[in-house]
Amino acid sequence: MSSMNAALLRDLYFGMLRIRIIEERIADLYYEQEMRCPVHLCIGQEAVSVGVCENLSVDDYVMSGHRSHGHYLAKGGDLPAMMAEMYGKVTGCCQGKGGSMHLLDRSVGFLGATAIVGSTIPMSVGAARASVMRGEERAVVSFFGEAACEEGVFHESLNFAALERLPVVFVCENNLYSVYSPLGVRQPEGQSVIDLAQGHGIESHEADGNDVVEVYNLSRRLIKEARGGGGPRFVEFKTYRWREHCGPAYDNEIGYRTEVEFQQWKARCPIERLETRLLEEGTLSPPDIKRMRSQVGEEIENAVAYAKQSSFPDESNLMEDVYAP
Amino acid sequence: MPDREITFAQAVREATDLCMAEDPTVYLMGLGVPDPKGVFGTTVGLQEKYGPDRVFDVPTSENAMTGVAVGSALVGMRPILVHQRLDFALLSMEQIVNQAANWHYMFGGRGGNLPLVIRLVVGRGWGQGPQHSQSLQAWFAHVPGLKVVMPTVPYDAKGLLIASIQDNNPVIFIEHRWLHNVKGHVPEGVYSVPLGAARVVREGSDVTIASSSYMTLEALQAAEVMSEDGIEAEVLDIRTLRPLDQEAILDSVGKTGRLIVADTGWKSFGIGAEVVAFTAERAFAKLKHPPHRIGLPDCPSPSTPAIANRFYPRAAEIASAGRAMFGLSPTGIVEEPSVPEDIPDPSFAGPF
Ligand SMILES: Cc1ncc(C[n+]2csc(CCOP(=O)(O)OP(=O)(O)O)c2C)c(N)n1
Ligand SMILES: [Mg+2]
Repeated sequence: MSSMNAALLRDLYFGMLRIRIIEERIADLYYEQEMRCPVHLCIGQEAVSVGVCENLSVDDYVMSGHRSHGHYLAKGGDLPAMMAEMYGKVTGCCQGKGGSMHLLDRSVGFLGATAIVGSTIPMSVGAARASVMRGEERAVVSFFGEAACEEGVFHESLNFAALERLPVVFVCENNLYSVYSPLGVRQPEGQSVIDLAQGHGIESHEADGNDVVEVYNLSRRLIKEARGGGGPRFVEFKTYRWREHCGPAYDNEIGYRTEVEFQQWKARCPIERLETRLLEEGTLSPPDIKRMRSQVGEEIENAVAYAKQSSFPDESNLMEDVYAP
Repeated sequence: MPDREITFAQAVREATDLCMAEDPTVYLMGLGVPDPKGVFGTTVGLQEKYGPDRVFDVPTSENAMTGVAVGSALVGMRPILVHQRLDFALLSMEQIVNQAANWHYMFGGRGGNLPLVIRLVVGRGWGQGPQHSQSLQAWFAHVPGLKVVMPTVPYDAKGLLIASIQDNNPVIFIEHRWLHNVKGHVPEGVYSVPLGAARVVREGSDVTIASSSYMTLEALQAAEVMSEDGIEAEVLDIRTLRPLDQEAILDSVGKTGRLIVADTGWKSFGIGAEVVAFTAERAFAKLKHPPHRIGLPDCPSPSTPAIANRFYPRAAEIASAGRAMFGLSPTGIVEEPSVPEDIPDPSFAGPF
C-alpha cells in the first residue's frame, strides 16, 4: 500500500527481521542442548506477529499458545527474560518454571502463553469482558493455530464473545499442519476456518499471512473496530512454518509434507518480499539492512550471554509460588 | 440477633451478597444464576441487586466459561462461577487443572493472581444417579495450586465462602445438596473462617471421626449411638480438603488412638485414603487399632432408591465401624429413619 509511510514500513521490516534472526539463533544454539525445553519456532510466520502487534498499545492484551515467541517479541516482551526462560534460569520470565511454551510479560500486556491447544482463547475473552465491565477501552488479541479451531473451547469462546460483543480479535495462523497432521485429515474439504467463525456470527476475514502490509492493514481495522465496541472480529492468516513442529531442524524429508511445498512457501518469505519491495522503492538501502542485522545480532548475543550467565533457580525454589499470598 | 438461624443456602447467598457489596471486582456467573430458583436459593435476587453485568446467566459452555473466569481474574476481577452439579464442571477440568491450578507456579509467581471461586454442588438420593451427584472432591484435592473447601454447617458455609472469595487463588467450593436446607446459627455481617483449619464439632476421647460435608452430620449421629455404649467419639469436621489440616487430625488421633474417616466420595483413592495414609506415616505408633474408611463402594451411583440406599453410607455404618474397634457387634439402623432414605428430611421435595 503506497500510502503507508516509510517509517512504518521499515518498522514492520525490522520487526520481522528481528524475530527471524532471534529464532534462527535459538535454532543454532539448540544443538548445544543447554535449552532443555521444547521450542516451537515461528520462522516463516513472522508477518502475522508483527503486522498484528504493530497496531496494539501496551494497554492492549495479547494471549497465545505453544508457538508464541513471535507474539511475545512483537508485543514488546523482554528478550533477555525470554532467553533466560529457555535456559531454565531464575532470571527467565517465569523464573525457569515455564519454559518456552509459557512466555509472559505483563508489563507490556502479554498476559501469557500456555501449552494446551486453544486454552488461552477463553481467557482472552474473559480479559476482554473484564475490560468492558470496568469501562476500559482496549482490544484483546488471541493468537492460535488452525488446529485450535478443532477444539470445543474455540467454539464456546467465540459464541460467548459474539453474544456479549466483546472486544476480542481472534487471530488464527493457518500453517496447514497440526504437528504432522495435514489439514485434510482434520477438517472437511472445502470448509475454511472462517466459515466456522462466521457460523458464530462473527465478522471474519482471510488474508495472506505472509504479506505483512496486508496483515497490518487488515488487523488495524479489525482491532480498531473491536476496541471501539463493534464486537469481536476473526481473521485467518494463511502462512507456513518452515522448520519442524517442535525443535530446530528442517524436516521436509520425513514424509508428511514435501520439499516442493516448502520451497513454494519459502519463495513467499514475508521478510524477503518486503525487503525486495522496499529496496526497489528506495525505502530501505542495503546498508540499512546491514545495520539492522547487526543491531539485532548484538541484541540477541547479549540476551544469550545474559541467559547463559544467569543462575539457575535455587532448589529451594521448588515449592515456592504454588499459591499466591 | 445473636441467635439468628438461617439455612446453608441462605448463608451462601449472604456471603456472596456481602462480598459483592464490599468489592466491585467480585462478580457471579453460572447457568441458572438469575433464574427463579436461583441455584437452590443461593443466588436469588442478586441480579436484581447488582445488575446483569455482575450477575449473569451463561451459555452451556463449561470449559470456555471457566476460561472466561480465569482471564478476567488475571486482570483483576474476582469471579464466582457456579455449577448446579459438580458433574457439569468435569467439562472444564482442562481450565481448572491445566490452567488455573498451574498458573501462579508456572509463570514463576509473575503471571498475576488468580482469585477464582468455583462453586460445585454434589449430592445423593432422589434418583440423582450416575451423572448428577458425583462427589469427586478427591480429584480437585489431588491438584497442587487449587484449594478445596467443603463446609458442613451454615456458619462455615458463609465464613469459608467469604474467605474463598477473598483468597488470591482458585478455590473449589463444594456444597452438598442435602445441606442446603439445613439451618444453623449464622452471624450477620462479614466474617471469615480461615481455609485450612479443621474444627472439632464434638469432643470425645475414644475414637476420632474425621469427616467432611454432609458426612459430618452422619458422623454426629453415629457418635450419639456409640455414646450409648460408652464410646465417646471426637468428630472433626475437615472443612478444607486442601490445604488439609493434618495437625488437627493428628492431635485428635494422638488423644483417641483410633481413626475413622467418613467422606461423601468413593472410598478407593479418596479423601479417607489420604487421611489414613498421612496418619499412618506420621503417627503410626499412636494408633491402637487399624483405621477405617467410610466411603462409597466401587460402583457408579445408581438411581433407584432400592439399591442407592446400600450405596450411600449412613450413621449406622460409621457407628458399627467405631463399635468394631472396641469388639462390639455392629449396630442396627441407628434410628428408624422417619423419612425415606433418598431425601435428607421431609421438607426436601423433588425435583432437584
Ligand atoms: C489439547 C492439546 N492437544 C494436543 C496437543 C499437542 N500439540 C501441541 S502443538 C500441536 C499442534 C497444534 O497445531 P496448530 O494449532 O495448528 O498450531 P501450530 O503448531 O501449527 O502452530 C499439538 C497437537 C496440545 N498441546 N494440546
Ligand atoms: Mg497449524
